[in-house]
Amino acid sequence: MTDETTSRVHTTAPVRLARQIRGLSDRAVAWIFIAPTIFLLLAINIFPLIWTIRLSLTNYRANRTSADLEWVGLRNYQRILNDPDIWNSMQATAHFLLWTLVLQVLIGFTLAYLINKKFRGNDMWTTIIVLPMMLSPAVVGNFWTFLYQPQIGLFNYVVGFLTGADPSSFSMIGDVALAPWSIVIVDTWMWTPFVMLICLAGLRSIPDSIYEAAECDRASKWRQFWTITIPMALPFLMLAVLFRGIENFKMFDLVVQLTGGGPGSITELTSINLKREAFEKWRTGYASAYAVILFVTVFGLASIYVKALNKVKER
Amino acid sequence: MSYSVTDPSPRQKWTAGTLVVAYALITLLPLLWIIATGFKSPSDAIAYPPKVIFEPTLEGYVNLFTTRTRMSPDALSALGEPATWYDRIVRQYDMVISGPSRYGERFLNSVIIGFGSTFLSVFLGTLAAYAFSRFKVPLKDDLMFFILSTRMMPPIAVAIPIFLMFRQLGLSDTHLGMILLYTGVNLSLSVWLLKGFIDEIPVEYEEAALIDGYTRFQAFTKVVLPQAATGIASTAIFCLIFSWNEYAFAVLLTSGTAQTAPPFIPTIIGVGKDWPAVAAGATLFLVPVMVFTILLRKHLLRGITFGAVRK
Repeated sequence: MTDETTSRVHTTAPVRLARQIRGLSDRAVAWIFIAPTIFLLLAINIFPLIWTIRLSLTNYRANRTSADLEWVGLRNYQRILNDPDIWNSMQATAHFLLWTLVLQVLIGFTLAYLINKKFRGNDMWTTIIVLPMMLSPAVVGNFWTFLYQPQIGLFNYVVGFLTGADPSSFSMIGDVALAPWSIVIVDTWMWTPFVMLICLAGLRSIPDSIYEAAECDRASKWRQFWTITIPMALPFLMLAVLFRGIENFKMFDLVVQLTGGGPGSITELTSINLKREAFEKWRTGYASAYAVILFVTVFGLASIYVKALNKVKER
Repeated sequence: MSYSVTDPSPRQKWTAGTLVVAYALITLLPLLWIIATGFKSPSDAIAYPPKVIFEPTLEGYVNLFTTRTRMSPDALSALGEPATWYDRIVRQYDMVISGPSRYGERFLNSVIIGFGSTFLSVFLGTLAAYAFSRFKVPLKDDLMFFILSTRMMPPIAVAIPIFLMFRQLGLSDTHLGMILLYTGVNLSLSVWLLKGFIDEIPVEYEEAALIDGYTRFQAFTKVVLPQAATGIASTAIFCLIFSWNEYAFAVLLTSGTAQTAPPFIPTIIGVGKDWPAVAAGATLFLVPVMVFTILLRKHLLRGITFGAVRK
């Protein structure tokens, strides 16, 4: 035991003896240090997860605790997979996910590329650009409903000014065709800096010597960009996509404040849909099954993606 | 001066700079608009075309912190001269202040829950991170991954059993419940970040201390903690910002006594479409985070990627 626990410390016999007398063994310290964290994570994350799985097999309703609990087996799961509402919200989530990722990667990478030109004051401007992503999505989302107001909103005014359209002629969050884009715009505004920061780290990690060698070989700038810059920044870009993908799959606060899932249920992302089932319709068992499906989806997709990411890194 | 082929030309720098500054100004516009709207009168706030130049007033802030009742002109004149500047602002609209609003309480809840959970998650996180960094822990990689995976669950999915659990334990709508919950969520971030920071401190320092007769615990408190101070501070700010901004759990698990500001601020608009008051509430709530972001800028990347990318 002592061999293993003291392996990182090159101890001499007297020190080991002294420590045995005066203090706890390393293994004891390690467990005392880790145990509270693991305990809290089990209580706040794993225990609830197991409970969710259990509830998902019942018809439990949290607002009627006196009713008899009935085991329904996998019937909840079966119903969910055949529920058109849920497929609609899956579609809304896919649209949101796809477009936010595309826009954020394009704009974020371009910004990082420009910042990497090291113009004077680039640090200061980077910090300014980063501000939106650190703010409370709910509070910011709520204020964006004001910016999106047809007549008086700043967004409509600016768009009207640039395109010549009448600012009161369109309503970003009231129109079925525009609402899915209204949430994409705000999310892109808020989170592009995240992708930008990670890309910037990627670009800065490329050593100058590679470009110098390419110059010697008379490779064009265009060619350098596609054969050096992109491949070397790719693992970073993929990491950014992973983080944003998971976050936006879980998206709740921003969109709930912005559109509340409306108009109708056109922007009802899965988390908002789940909240309705669980805390408005109080179909706790059904919602639990839904939650399990979402978790498995996110976990599964993320695992596959991480495998791909590791392959790119190895190359 | 040496010339490098990889250095961008002055013209390239100028173009890049202009484009980035243009983007920054556009991206800043909504934030400046929030701050400006807080100082507008209600009629200026909804003017068309949107007013860029206006006469600043503190009406929004007065409305944010007070509840007011309308009075008949006779009753108002019977009251005599308004005693304070904020009374005077309210009187313009034939109203008197009838009491404080809920905003102060909600803001204070955010502070209590934010600092409480930050302290706990950094305290526990530092201990765990140290153990993961320095000792052989069985299944270390699996445990670290388990800690990270707790972040993948959608908050609403976890909220169902937590709602039931809190109801059973009497933790619904309490400060303690929210502190424990946010600590549970933040721990993954704090363990991962702090492990990275502690990994960077050379083991030799502690070895020297151990040889000098320090116990393991003394070596931890007297050698490692001071070295990790900046890392601990920036981790703390990240945890604080997360708890400060969190909305999903707050809106589902709190309603009265422990409600934080994010679920509350949007409800200000409910009566009277008072956008300056909403903007004032948002400004007071967002500006501290902006200041922290500027302080944190060196560690920002690390914090948002759980330590996966270090500059």
